[in-house]
Amino acid sequence: MTALPLRVGVASWRVRLRGVALTLTGLVLLALLMALNMRIGDIAMTLSEVVTGTFDAGSAAHFVIMELRLPRALTGALVGAALALSGALIQSIARNPLASPEILGVTTGASVTVVAGLVAGGGVYGGVSGLLATLGVPALALLGGLLGAAVVYGLAWRRGLDGYRLVLVGIGVAAVFTNVKFWLLTVGDVNDTSRAMVWISGSLNGRGWEHVAPTALALAVLVPLTLLGTRSLDALRFGDDTVTALGVRVNPARALLILAAVLLAAVATASAGPIAFVALASPQIALRIVGSGRPPLLCSAIVGAVLTTGADLIARTAFSPIELPVGIVTAVLGAPYLIHLIWRSRK
Amino acid sequence: MRLQAAGVKLGYGDRVIVDGLDLGIEAGTVTTIIGPNGCGKSTLLRALGRLLKPQGGEVLLDGKRIDRIPTREVAKILGVLPQAPSAPEGLTVADLVARGRHPHQTWYRQWSSDDEGAVAAALDMTGLADLAERPLDELSGGQRQRAWISMALAQGTDLLLLDEPTTFLDLAHQVEVLELVRHLHQEAGRTVVMVLHDLNLAARYADRLVAMRSGRVIASGAPHEVLTEELLREVFELDAKVIADPVAGTPLVVPIGTLSRG
Repeated sequence: MTALPLRVGVASWRVRLRGVALTLTGLVLLALLMALNMRIGDIAMTLSEVVTGTFDAGSAAHFVIMELRLPRALTGALVGAALALSGALIQSIARNPLASPEILGVTTGASVTVVAGLVAGGGVYGGVSGLLATLGVPALALLGGLLGAAVVYGLAWRRGLDGYRLVLVGIGVAAVFTNVKFWLLTVGDVNDTSRAMVWISGSLNGRGWEHVAPTALALAVLVPLTLLGTRSLDALRFGDDTVTALGVRVNPARALLILAAVLLAAVATASAGPIAFVALASPQIALRIVGSGRPPLLCSAIVGAVLTTGADLIARTAFSPIELPVGIVTAVLGAPYLIHLIWRSRK
Repeated sequence: MRLQAAGVKLGYGDRVIVDGLDLGIEAGTVTTIIGPNGCGKSTLLRALGRLLKPQGGEVLLDGKRIDRIPTREVAKILGVLPQAPSAPEGLTVADLVARGRHPHQTWYRQWSSDDEGAVAAALDMTGLADLAERPLDELSGGQRQRAWISMALAQGTDLLLLDEPTTFLDLAHQVEVLELVRHLHQEAGRTVVMVLHDLNLAARYADRLVAMRSGRVIASGAPHEVLTEELLREVFELDAKVIADPVAGTPLVVPIGTLSRG
């Protein structure tokens, strides 16, 4: 694989040309999808109307662009990037292409607390729409996601952390959480559970700046930290003894990278619910395009943003005027991909 | 004394394997640890390479407690090749050897000309320059082992710990690996500590043998001092004749049979 040395003064890197190409192509694609997302909808707009609407506060389109379409599309892109980055980290650490934030207990844990919150707090009709819906649900999801991850990590830890053990424990815990979720859905009031169903499918409906801001902030902090950990991640693909011999403190390095993955997934889930398959598929797509040994972090994030933004465009417009939860589209696109992955690994 | 174990107690959890062991490694020597299966020789080597934290006592690197030196600094002085190491699938020889530069790199200094030079030199020394772009899993056992040693060489340490570097290799490949070790020692004056199973090869390629049994050092010294018929009975419960190796003159063990047990 072509990796060119890039040296500036004392600084030096190895640059993969296909990684650079994927990054640039991905960003162009993302910009195109964002523009399409601005134009298409109940009120179709030309590109010049979109531009006017964006910058002219007095124009008719301003509200539609700035308060509805732009924050929703941005939330989608940011959440997709966060999920994909989280998936890339976990797949590298677990050395398993089928690992994703689900096995860390994040998404399933969040589903349990959110469904519990909606079912328990939603007894009075309409009483949930205010505070619980905007502030309460993301906070509950964040709490549930972190708790779920703590349970998995605690059970998987045994004088260090082993990738396979983590995956096995994660699958077990996810099964328990999923069944608790279904039990809550069964005993809950039908109106509450239908709201909950939309959330647990992963949806970008009605996402505003209050969802963009925390996700953007989390990414702004976590992406640079994660990129600094890239070298440890490369080393951690070897056996623990080799990693130690190379001068890496295995357990702290692994714990920090897992923490970053958990936070990324938890923040994304808090904003848009557990959107399926983005975290699983994006790193594997990026890996196959770039041809590197493990999922490339930045490229995975860009693929995740493109996938989620594209899927939401379909979710919003394919069955207009009915808007699907974006998670249903990513699942429909992702499931065949998952089968394809398993099929390939059989050979 | 480059590397020293002082009264170390080693084990995994409640299982103590080595208790109160002392061993010193002189600069510029090749030391080989021998002993029956389960005697604690690999455990000792792992502790010397700070892969295993002693439950008691201490390991000293150049006179300083190894666990008080940042692990990255240790990695610039001491290279360890663990027993049967595993590499990610599809990794090429060049990528593996480049990984050895890890302790010398930072996030902004990931591929300096020093790194490039060290990797090229390590590939050259192990005769792998032509195989650099081949995936590791396509190599023969001997080539693969040389690739791992090459990675340890790229690390640029003058102290090398090798845990059974000849396991699973046929005799020709065992000799190939040990010739490389001898070359590293003679050309660059590296200090090497190995664990080996084959006593005759151990005797031929080591300056000093350390014989262990049940977590204790039974004898240590030059091969002809250590490898005696009496010691083989005591350490390996092996009835054998020791003659002079017709090629190298070092002790050669010719087994007669095991001692009746029980």
